[in-house]
Amino acid sequence: MEIAFVIEKLILVTIIFGISLVIAMYSTYAERKVAAFLQDRLGPDRAGPFGMFQPLADGLKMFMKEEIVPTESNKWLFMVGPGLAMLTACIGTAVIPWGSAIQIGDHLVQLQVTDINVGILYIFGVVSLGVYGVMIGGWASNNKYSLLSAIRAASQNISYEIAMGLSIIALLLVTGTMSLKEVVEQQHGWHWNVLYQPIGFILFMVCAFAETNRAPFDLPECETELIGGYHTEYSSMKLGFYLFAEYINMFVSSAVMAALYFGGYNYPGMDWVLAHTGTTIGPLIGTLVFFGKIFAFIFFFMWVRWTIPRFRYDQLMHLGWKILIPIAIVNVVVTGLVIAVIEKF
Amino acid sequence: MGTSVFYIVAALSIFFSLMVIFAKNPVHSVLYLIVTFFTFTVHYILLNAQFLAVVNFIVYMGAIMVLFLFVLMLLNLNKDNEPLKSPLVKLVGIVAGCCLMVTLVGSLKATSISEPLILRDPGLGLIKSLGKELFGPFMLPFELSSILLLSAMVGAVLLTKKEKA
Repeated sequence: MEIAFVIEKLILVTIIFGISLVIAMYSTYAERKVAAFLQDRLGPDRAGPFGMFQPLADGLKMFMKEEIVPTESNKWLFMVGPGLAMLTACIGTAVIPWGSAIQIGDHLVQLQVTDINVGILYIFGVVSLGVYGVMIGGWASNNKYSLLSAIRAASQNISYEIAMGLSIIALLLVTGTMSLKEVVEQQHGWHWNVLYQPIGFILFMVCAFAETNRAPFDLPECETELIGGYHTEYSSMKLGFYLFAEYINMFVSSAVMAALYFGGYNYPGMDWVLAHTGTTIGPLIGTLVFFGKIFAFIFFFMWVRWTIPRFRYDQLMHLGWKILIPIAIVNVVVTGLVIAVIEKF
Repeated sequence: MGTSVFYIVAALSIFFSLMVIFAKNPVHSVLYLIVTFFTFTVHYILLNAQFLAVVNFIVYMGAIMVLFLFVLMLLNLNKDNEPLKSPLVKLVGIVAGCCLMVTLVGSLKATSISEPLILRDPGLGLIKSLGKELFGPFMLPFELSSILLLSAMVGAVLLTKKEKA
């Protein structure tokens, strides 16, 4: 039993890890295609049909490039930086429920690595840890631009974490649980949390953009001011890892948003589908729906990147501290009041 | 299994805390401190205090240490520009350190090894029971401490304001 449990989880972890890497890989391709679409161009179309092999070619190029470690840098931390960025990007997937339990034979397989009862806080912790990869890499490069970028990343991360936490508090008031599995199960059918927490969702999404360093909040990578930002000194696959971590982060935060606010693997009419497809295929359709929502969010991330220009640093801080945090606090208070009134009458 | 995990993690905590002191570079010190906090998180999980573990993770590792690192990176201290301490200061440091060690050894010798404490309610550290305790019998102290934190925050903001001439 014990060994079977470990093997089951190990297989699940491997599959999720593989899926997140493949999705991150094809996000780089999708990003260029979406950019091309929005700018009325063709985008990459040379490698394979429709340029499908472009990410493979890019990956190969990254691996083959010469690796340069600056002489005056801190060698050990210079190596740790990109690895840490990848690690913190990947471990967030552990608590996301990818689907309801599927039945194989007479054995129920949970499509979630672990259902801890502080799941939402765990996600939050992983997000807050994500900045270390950037900070350590930027500092160890021993380059003024990299250091400035690392410091920008840290202050941006800390500032937006507060608004993100406050928007989650309002969600917790509605759901009453921190287990991601229970949060998703409560949204059965079309009872999605976004209907009860529209403002909270918008706040969470804006903060997710800031936490993943995506445009319009990609200040740490601002080329016009900081050359390449924290990865100015990086080359070869170390640079690749930093760029890759950003796409994995995007995938994980899309999954979290879809699970917390857009019903995860729930969709209208799921009971009918479940009744007609059985207990093995039915939950898998739910998983497909979940991935559909994730892809929609990833597309939204890209859409925003090619639509809205980058913020200025003071605008970023102004938005974070003077607009998002007050709105989030008001949202918490109003949600609490409404729930108190509903419970009273 | 739990006991052996505890001993391994405890040894790691002590090792990394020593590295915090012995590291020459202040940034390395802070990084070791982050790892030390991580081992504390593991200790909390071993005690089944999930909420405490994750809060330690978010607040100490994720926020406070980021700010520490932030300040140290800005200062960019290193061996070359560290001011040398005078012999008198060093002597005082040695005497004070020895006094502390004597006190610690003395107090440790005085305590006898007690019976292992058995937790009556193993689910105490889970978020549901912790919330019921905090917002039930300990409501007043909990709310008062939040006012304390708020006043500290207001004080910090006030300190950064320049006085009007």
